Amino acid sequence: MAFDLFLLEVVISGLMTGVMYALVALGFVLIFKASGVFNFAQGVLALFAALALYDFLAEDGWFFAVFGFTLPVWLAIPATALIMILLAWVIERAVLRFLVKQEEIILFMATIGLAFVLEGLGDLLFGSDVKPLDIGIPQGASDWLLDNFNLYVEKLEIVAAATAAVLVTALAIFFQKTRVGRALRAVADDHQAALSVGISLDKIWVIVWSVSGIVALVAGIMWGSKSGVQFSLSLIALKALPVLILGGFTSVPGAIVGGLIIGVGEKVAEVYVGPLVGGAIENWFAYVLALGFLLFRPQGLFGERIIERV
Amino acid sequence: MTADSRNEILLEVESIFLSFGGVHALSDVSFDIRKGEVRSIIGPNGAGKSSMLNVINGFYHPQEGSITYQGKRRSQMKPHEAALGGIARTFQNIALFRGMSTLDNIMTGRNTKMSKGLFWQALHFGPAKREEIENREFVEHVIDFLEIQTIRKTPVGRLPYGLQKRVELGRALAAEPTLLLLDEPMAGMNLEEKEDMSRFILETNEEFGTTIALIEHDMGVVMDISDRVVVLDYGRKIAEGTPEEVRANQNVIDAYLGVSHD
Amino acid sequence: MFYRENGQFKSSYSADQAIFPIAQDRVFVIGILLVAFCVVPFVINEYWANAILIPLLVYALAGLGLNILTGYCGQVSLGTGAFMAVGAYASFKLVGFFPEVNYLILIFVSGLVTAAVGVVFGLPSLRIKGFYLAVATLAAQFFLIWLFNKVGWFYDHSPTGMITVRPIDFFGVRVTGPEATPAAKYLFTLAIIATLTLTAKNIVRGRVGRSWMAIRDMDIAAELIGIKPLQAKLSAFAVSSFYIGVAGALYFGVYLGSAEPLEAFDINQSFYVLFIIIIGGLGSILGAFLGAAFIVLLPILMKNLMVGGFGVASGTAGHVEILLLGALIIFFLIVEPHGLARLWQITKEKLRLWPFPH
Repeated sequence: MAFDLFLLEVVISGLMTGVMYALVALGFVLIFKASGVFNFAQGVLALFAALALYDFLAEDGWFFAVFGFTLPVWLAIPATALIMILLAWVIERAVLRFLVKQEEIILFMATIGLAFVLEGLGDLLFGSDVKPLDIGIPQGASDWLLDNFNLYVEKLEIVAAATAAVLVTALAIFFQKTRVGRALRAVADDHQAALSVGISLDKIWVIVWSVSGIVALVAGIMWGSKSGVQFSLSLIALKALPVLILGGFTSVPGAIVGGLIIGVGEKVAEVYVGPLVGGAIENWFAYVLALGFLLFRPQGLFGERIIERV
Repeated sequence: MTADSRNEILLEVESIFLSFGGVHALSDVSFDIRKGEVRSIIGPNGAGKSSMLNVINGFYHPQEGSITYQGKRRSQMKPHEAALGGIARTFQNIALFRGMSTLDNIMTGRNTKMSKGLFWQALHFGPAKREEIENREFVEHVIDFLEIQTIRKTPVGRLPYGLQKRVELGRALAAEPTLLLLDEPMAGMNLEEKEDMSRFILETNEEFGTTIALIEHDMGVVMDISDRVVVLDYGRKIAEGTPEEVRANQNVIDAYLGVSHD
Repeated sequence: MFYRENGQFKSSYSADQAIFPIAQDRVFVIGILLVAFCVVPFVINEYWANAILIPLLVYALAGLGLNILTGYCGQVSLGTGAFMAVGAYASFKLVGFFPEVNYLILIFVSGLVTAAVGVVFGLPSLRIKGFYLAVATLAAQFFLIWLFNKVGWFYDHSPTGMITVRPIDFFGVRVTGPEATPAAKYLFTLAIIATLTLTAKNIVRGRVGRSWMAIRDMDIAAELIGIKPLQAKLSAFAVSSFYIGVAGALYFGVYLGSAEPLEAFDINQSFYVLFIIIIGGLGSILGAFLGAAFIVLLPILMKNLMVGGFGVASGTAGHVEILLLGALIIFFLIVEPHGLARLWQITKEKLRLWPFPH
């Protein structure tokens, strides 16, 4: 019984990690669906967002140095969102519009370059030390679960899961019900056709990168609250890649389910298999799982099968 | 070409069924191609012509039916088997290797004729060098034949459309094919380019005895250069015969003029 | 004025297929080789060998390897760092097992070991493409580095977890460790790299190279004209990994002297080599050298300029360097996806026409 409870705790903790992966993967999927760009910089975007948010909140930031006061949380988050939108606009202006007609792989490599630019810029502007991010999410274990079910679950993780659920719902509504959302789906289906009915591609790209930037902000907040804002945050981006392979590059539900599978899988593997082989298998478990997946179902769980033509 | 070998059957497809998740691309298509002839496959857009070529050279695998090539009967071709067996082709949307020069593109056509391994290649010495030069000589003949000497070292991505089509034919010819599949070799060409291309096709057929299966929309060209024609519509064969027979066939006239299918 | 090819007529296919069909190019390359082999060893010092020339050569070799896979065969890999580690650890173990065997042979075998590992991780390329494959190679990167870090056998159970090169003599001349002279290390590295560059050039201009490029440019058409994707892709993985493995062995043995997997061969190493071929030029042998020179010299220049020139803190200079590197990658991808090698080619074309522009 105690053993089962322990497994349950491991699974729950894995689910929560999975939610974080899913959030980063979601940003990837949004951009990939609308523009065919595989955005390697998504994780660095999350890092950058968390750094910017920290800057608004802390007394050792630029904002305080210039204006002499810090922003309250409820104002700092929209302000950071604005920064992310601005960033999306700059990226479109400076990078994407020059690469529209290029092959996917060139765009992919360009986003690796972008990741380096953002990383260097983040370090340069905000310094590379670990920063604690506190926006008032309660810390510690949930007493209610501990008392009633003898389960140890972090409150932060519950908040993260709830936030992710809200975010996904909001995105679903945005895509299904709004005009811009429909335009985005049209572009995802067929660039040429979308252009011919008067949807402007550069605007769409700015919008979709902004939405991804905001998703990255949410991921950055959650991750930063958990383990501080630091460079390793951008490494989650790399973990999101196997998530995408599992879920399929174009599927929002896939990103979520894939994230959860990877999160739980690597936690369970670490706890039960790790000790046998020296530990730290979390580092590669996700990739090897994805690799196995690639061999048997290359289009992912929810991806579409492609019929090749000549 | 003697009368005997003229009538020998090189390739026969029987009752081919091909579908993609419920969409029937080909249903119950049968015809044959005789050695040394120019056989045209015609039909309206979406009739399944390109799918038929893809079945013949093994890119698509039909669910039912059989393919008999050079006397060997099988339920499907494999791409590599087809290439080794002397089936070469060109593509509807040019499928050249854009980053490579005209010469290198045509040299890839010699791939199945070359065998020297990585070791000799790395040394570029002895057998590998000899093989390279022998095949280069053959490729130069193809280049002369197609009159593309001046673009020998130009990357094909920079060539105009008509020349790209010609280079693609060159790549197929470099393989010394027994059966040459041409998928709309004259699409998008002007009259002069079409005449050139028709001349190359006929010369290939007459001088090297290469059997040709041709998809083409230009009826004038089809009627002029083919020995026999097969007509597909909605994935089915609706007629076949000499150009004159096909031209007079009521089914064909209906298909092209758009009589409703019920 | 002096760079002209008119009057140089080829009378055989052999002459037309030479590596440098234009006489001036031949003279130029022979000149560079003469200087590299006969002049540099006499003037080289510790700084030039260890900070510039040896890393440049080793990175050029790694770049060459990745360029075979990515530039010629079109398969993107983010596992270069791990494959270099395979070469390094293979050479470390082999030197331990067979101290009597010639070092050159052991390095060669290390390359073969890496080639075998590369083929295993290249297997998914048969079913997947593009960035799917890039993710698969990330699996190699993380798994292999974990393996070298966790399994004591690989580092002879040394308490630090590091591997340190043994002093090795090559025909009586010390080429590794602190006692080796800069000239000896440099010449040893240069000789290997010059030879491997020549063989790489031979491979890419022959049948195998053409089949790689055909797969890169249009894999379906390549298959339909009789190129076996299995053979083409796996041979690209094998040759590429061989080169990267040899580069890794030299990186560890001759350049670093001792190494720890998490630092020396981490994912940033993979990115750096990828950047070398993007900046230098995808699908170009020369590009690997130009890109390596760029990647090695940029930090040195930045450091001298910013820290020495403007008195910026070295940490800040490091951040600016990362930023600049990223920006340059984007710049090259936008302006000239074929990199420095293509710019060099354009310069030569201009030179041929000079002084008349048309």
